[in-house]
Amino acid sequence: MSKIKSRVLIPKREPLERLKDFNEVALGYSEKEALEEASRCIQCPSKPCVQGCPVEIDIPRFIKLIRERRYEEAYKVIKDKCPIPAITGRVCPQEKQCEKLCTLAKFGKPIAIGALERFVADWAREKGVYIEVRNSNFNSKNGKIAVIGSGPAGIVVASDLLRLGYEVTIFEALHVPGGVLTYGIPEFRLPKRIVNDEIKCLVESGVNIELGFIVGKTITIYDLLKEFNAIFIGTGAGHPRFLEIPGENLSYIYTANEFLTRINLMKAYLFPYYDTPIRKGKYVAVIGGGNTAMDAARSALRLGAEKVFVLYRRTKSEMPARREEIANAEEEGVEFIFLVQPIEFIGNSLGAVSEIKLMKMRLGEPDETGRPKPIPTDETISIQVDVVINAIGFHPNPLVPMTTPEIKVDKRGRIIVDKEGRTTMPKVYAGGDIVVGEGTVIEAMGWGRIAARTIDRDMSFL
Amino acid sequence: MANSYRVLRKRILASGIKEMDIYAPRIARVAMPGQFIMVMADEGGERIPLTLVDWSKVEGWIRIVFQEVGVSTMKLGLFEPGESLYYVSGPHGTPTHVSKLNTVVIVAGGVAIAAAYPIAKAFRDVGSRVISIIGAKNSSLLIYEEEIKSVSTEIHISTDDGSRGIRGFTSDVLESLLASGLKPDLVWMVGPTIMMKVCSAIAKRYGVRAVASLNPIMVCGMGMCGACRIRVDGRIRFACFEGPEFDASSVEWDELILRLQMYREEEQLSLKRFLEGGGHI
Ligand SMILES: Cc1cc2nc3c(=O)[nH]c(=O)nc-3n(C[C@H](O)[C@H](O)[C@H](O)COP(=O)(O)OP(=O)(O)OC[C@H]3O[C@@H](n4cnc5c(N)ncnc54)[C@H](O)[C@@H]3O)c2cc1C
Ligand SMILES: Cc1cc2nc3c(=O)[nH]c(=O)nc-3n(C[C@H](O)[C@H](O)[C@H](O)COP(=O)(O)OP(=O)(O)OC[C@H]3O[C@@H](n4cnc5c(N)ncnc54)[C@H](O)[C@@H]3O)c2cc1C
Ligand code: FES
Repeated sequence: MSKIKSRVLIPKREPLERLKDFNEVALGYSEKEALEEASRCIQCPSKPCVQGCPVEIDIPRFIKLIRERRYEEAYKVIKDKCPIPAITGRVCPQEKQCEKLCTLAKFGKPIAIGALERFVADWAREKGVYIEVRNSNFNSKNGKIAVIGSGPAGIVVASDLLRLGYEVTIFEALHVPGGVLTYGIPEFRLPKRIVNDEIKCLVESGVNIELGFIVGKTITIYDLLKEFNAIFIGTGAGHPRFLEIPGENLSYIYTANEFLTRINLMKAYLFPYYDTPIRKGKYVAVIGGGNTAMDAARSALRLGAEKVFVLYRRTKSEMPARREEIANAEEEGVEFIFLVQPIEFIGNSLGAVSEIKLMKMRLGEPDETGRPKPIPTDETISIQVDVVINAIGFHPNPLVPMTTPEIKVDKRGRIIVDKEGRTTMPKVYAGGDIVVGEGTVIEAMGWGRIAARTIDRDMSFL
Repeated sequence: MANSYRVLRKRILASGIKEMDIYAPRIARVAMPGQFIMVMADEGGERIPLTLVDWSKVEGWIRIVFQEVGVSTMKLGLFEPGESLYYVSGPHGTPTHVSKLNTVVIVAGGVAIAAAYPIAKAFRDVGSRVISIIGAKNSSLLIYEEEIKSVSTEIHISTDDGSRGIRGFTSDVLESLLASGLKPDLVWMVGPTIMMKVCSAIAKRYGVRAVASLNPIMVCGMGMCGACRIRVDGRIRFACFEGPEFDASSVEWDELILRLQMYREEEQLSLKRFLEGGGHI
């Protein structure tokens, strides 16, 4: 088996070059590269990769079609299961899903499924291939569905139910749809024009999107139920958590959500051409070890920081961020300080953060997550900073449950659903981060798919 | 996808202070005193919070009153009746807790006098005695006097230069009322942070319960970003959805004052660029 060819690497822009702007880092396969990579697929009849895909894309089939240069058909195969392939091809943690189960993964050389998915989706975008979400045997079902939140979970519910012939309206609080895809994940990993195009496709197929609509404020769930037959809640986990240590409200201590929202949603990296400002730090500390921390650190570098430190309380091998993103951050010059936990922020006379006090940690026995528990030593150190980004995580968005007591949540504020996505309130369904806490794009989409099926089934009993 | 947030009417109340009615039926339908909207004048604009000053469920409009202090409010001021704003959402925030009290003192300073109007009206409507104290730098910047008068049992006016009412600050008026033996059930205040800090200390000194409507910098207005966080009773709270009103005696005022100045440099840069470019959108 030593004859297995290596993966075709996805071309990337050089670190020094890419730091100058917010443009995309990974460039995507050329046709030649895609064909070469696709030719490595051994087309296992058991299709283990498909089991790793929460939305069940027929992966071997689309790869076979790439090999035959039948790109449009390949696109149809993907699009049949995934309404936003240009996005999932870029941001899915394939190494933990489809690619992990790939037969060639046993030899350390799994097929680059994500890169191939992206290739097909980008090809279709460039060629202007547009596939109606509603399929031809479309039989209009009678029913109006309200979807709350336009993140990946809401997008899938909307597209699946539209396909089945329902009338779907998405209610989104912000001025641009997309959820984390729009306000959280930076341009250099996921260009916003791609998110716009994928959503435009949904709108052209007939999904109605109402922006600036805050469910729980502009309209309640009770009011919506008067007009809609079923409601799906996909409001995400966008409520920031705090460290609860002294000095946390000093100026220029951002939550990752605020920092990234200013940059991505409000385009503060183009200030003053766009009106929303952001403080460009010289010495920036990012607290946390997940994807959000990597995105914040890399964004801070692009804003012009001289040094960006990621402060993480465990070690590199416990970091929840994708390996690829850690590697990208390292290449770009992000510095990592492991085994430290912030215990205090210190400010200057203007109330601006100037220093972080850190407790040195060591690793102990595994905790409930299976990772070794960080234990405080009695040694502290300090670092000088002028901007801090707290990327320690999020709570589920409390707005809808807060205004709808019938919708029960667990201790951590997550909406409780059964296996099929039903909440404790009749005709109300939920999925995505509002149900799991912090998940992934594709998990949220998987939840959307389950809920859409359940809604369709429950509706046919009415 | 686009909604039309059409400007219906516009009135200039004082130099740099404008009143605007916007067609937004779904907000007008559910608006309550003490709530606010998030506004973007144009696509490249900031999301800024502005208080709902008045509204009509039947006619579907909402009213804002704003002072042109920087690029976002100046851009907003450029809109004329018939034109549409890029984005308006709301109502944001938790409504004022209005109940029948014997006496409520409302203290409002500057452009925020307009923001006090729906609150005074709501307390008056449930049968409370409303004593309003309003103040501005000078008589030409004093707005909403008639409106406030129409919903108050008693009105007191102050200007910094004495050009109208007594010479001094609203806090001076509050202090003298309380010193003269007035025992209100509540002091409700809105205005410059420093005014609220001082009024809060006075109310505390006289053992009167006080509520302040806070004005931190906001981005999302819905609990997602944490830009609006303030410290109340030692705890971090989100003004956009737990507030904007909090028990005044528990607010960490100095922290809020510093946080409001966070973007001074950037704001000045942005303003300079805007004005040099001709001051239009
Ligand atoms: C910085 C960052 C980077 C990430 N990187 C990756 C990655 O590389 N790969 C990956 O797979 N996952 C990644 N994730 C996780 C992933 O983005 C989320 O798991 C996913 O977006 C969850 O989808 P969702 O549809 O449940 O919610 P969200 O995407 O959070 O969308 C929820 C939407 O609901 C709206 N909303 C909330 N409340 C209301 C209301 N009351 N009324 C109306 N609308 C409302 C919000 O404005 C938002 O648009 C990342 C997350 C972050 C924060
Ligand atoms: C709940 C709430 C209700 C408000 N209601 C009114 C109102 O009815 N009328 C009115 O004139 N003003 C109101 N404000 C203040 C108003 O939002 C700011 O004056 C406006 O955002 C300034 O923007 P700018 O670009 O014109 O000025 P800038 O040059 O950006 O700022 C001038 C000053 O305004 C403050 N500010 C800046 N950005 C924001 C922001 N995004 N959110 C809040 N404050 C900011 C800062 O202290 C800053 O120093 C309210 C604020 C809050 C939080
Ligand atoms: S303004 Fe974003 S959380 Fe309050």
